[in-house]
Amino acid sequence: MNLYKFASPEKFYPLAGKMVPWFGVPAAILFAAGLYVGFFVAPTDFQQGDAYRIIFIHVPAAWMGMMLYVLMAAYAAIGWAFNARLASMMATSLSVTGAMFTFLSLATGALWGKPTWGTWWVWDARMTSTLILLFLYIGFISLQAAIDDHRRADRAGAVLAIVGVINVPIIYFSVQWWNTLHQGATIRLLNKPTMAPPMLAAMFIMLAACWLYSVAVVLARLRCIILEREQEAGRTIRTSSPAADLSQMESV
Amino acid sequence: MTWYDFFMQGGYAFYVWGSYAIALIVIGGEVILVRQRRKALRARHGDSLESSKSKQL
Repeated sequence: MNLYKFASPEKFYPLAGKMVPWFGVPAAILFAAGLYVGFFVAPTDFQQGDAYRIIFIHVPAAWMGMMLYVLMAAYAAIGWAFNARLASMMATSLSVTGAMFTFLSLATGALWGKPTWGTWWVWDARMTSTLILLFLYIGFISLQAAIDDHRRADRAGAVLAIVGVINVPIIYFSVQWWNTLHQGATIRLLNKPTMAPPMLAAMFIMLAACWLYSVAVVLARLRCIILEREQEAGRTIRTSSPAADLSQMESV
Repeated sequence: MTWYDFFMQGGYAFYVWGSYAIALIVIGGEVILVRQRRKALRARHGDSLESSKSKQL
């Protein structure tokens, strides 16, 4: 099988369509399973009571926000460096879902902060850097929306996305580098987890659900982007007369 | 655990259910927006990229 075939947006389009339900349906099942374990199997926390159950959506959302940003920047960089249209479109599609998860992590964090810290928001390092992540996503989306020529929008977005990657390790290590109100990492690679196994299981099931959901929704949006660009290009070719000015041809 | 306890969440009902309500709104909203975008695209131009075989599905 020739994999390069799928680097063409038009060739990848039907394949992406077939993949959407294969990720979307398991995502829905895992969301249900994760919530079941989180609410009916995991015990009440001895310190925080039931307020801690926000963790099952808050932590996966925060992780997705960071991981999707790195993925978006990687696709944007590939699209820029190798002039690969499909990779650039993938970055555009990823940006919306990444922004959604980052917003969700901030919103659920506020709802968790109020009962446990007594405040919706503080300007501590973890929260401020996460807010900057949301602004980076919004900046990427707005910048691309402001440029009519898709390939130029892709390049401009790539620069912003790549520069912004520096923020991701800042978010990740913020709880170690600075004194923050936000608690330290719950899960560390080399340490034993400090959570009860059902709590941990619920969190990872929800994380898997978020990943599957992201793949499904990003591919579905990617199909819309491919179709939009295809139709725009087709229309420009058909409607422009031979005498049409060259500025119009540039967008083809 | 009774259903009453489940809904009360130990007194944190507003914060816990509020979090999951926001999650439902933003995730559900994203799915709806993508579907609408796709519907609008197909209504305007049809689907030129889908092969004729999968169009029947």
